[in-house]
Amino acid sequence: MKPDLDGVFKALADPTRRRLLDQLHRENGQTLTALCAHMDMTRQAVTQHLQILVDANLIAVVWQGREKLHYLNPVPLYEIQDRWINKFERSRLAALRDLKRKLEGDDHDKT
Amino acid sequence: MTKPSYVYVTYIQTTAERVWRAIVDPDVTRTYWMGPNANVPAHVNVSDWKPGSRWEHQRADDTRAVDIAGTVVESTPPRRLVISWARPADVADTSKHSRVTFDIDAISDALVRLTVTHEGLEQDEKMLQGISSGWPMVLSNLKTMLETGRALPRVAVEAAETAKA
Repeated sequence: MKPDLDGVFKALADPTRRRLLDQLHRENGQTLTALCAHMDMTRQAVTQHLQILVDANLIAVVWQGREKLHYLNPVPLYEIQDRWINKFERSRLAALRDLKRKLEGDDHDKT
Repeated sequence: MTKPSYVYVTYIQTTAERVWRAIVDPDVTRTYWMGPNANVPAHVNVSDWKPGSRWEHQRADDTRAVDIAGTVVESTPPRRLVISWARPADVADTSKHSRVTFDIDAISDALVRLTVTHEGLEQDEKMLQGISSGWPMVLSNLKTMLETGRALPRVAVEAAETAKA
């Protein structure tokens, strides 16, 4: 029942599931039907991917009336950050990332 | 009824009572409630937590500056807390309040699911942005504090901020 970080890494290892998270980042609280509109695959396949994300606690589900809404839940990502990133040399990583951006251009992931 | 703006969930190996206290008791809250902005000190939540009472989100330093305030809507320790959420200048104008619900579900004797739902933020773009980076960090810190007995060291918060800037 309790999601662990293994489940989070496994869930993130699939490009379709990362795309679903991106969809929810663009617009939070979507139904299965709305999410399927952006995905080139069957409803059943999307449902299975969503379940893996829910099991990993990367998506939280809320019922509103008869609508099942999916919300991006980034809390486990912060836990990964605590566990795997903050303990390394954070400032050096930032310098490397900035260098990479300068050299490659910053065409995505603007935060 | 509009849909919630954000829904955050974290599973914590602890008891519902300890989660409740971590939200309402300033002595606990000041150890972990850091926002994404490292220049801002930790915050505490101050109220008598009775329905209808005012609550204040205060800086845990000498200024005690109030950054957010509102009204306690529902208070059912240690299960459920509902509060309204507004800038101090907007407290009198309830049309500018959003609403935060803490649902604390004990899954077992030693595992709690904490769900934070924030509703009614759509019309406030700036608050929306602050909220969307603030809650996940606060909840992740809360989990670390309750499970390990230590909060995230301040230096780690600052390093994360430097890396993000």
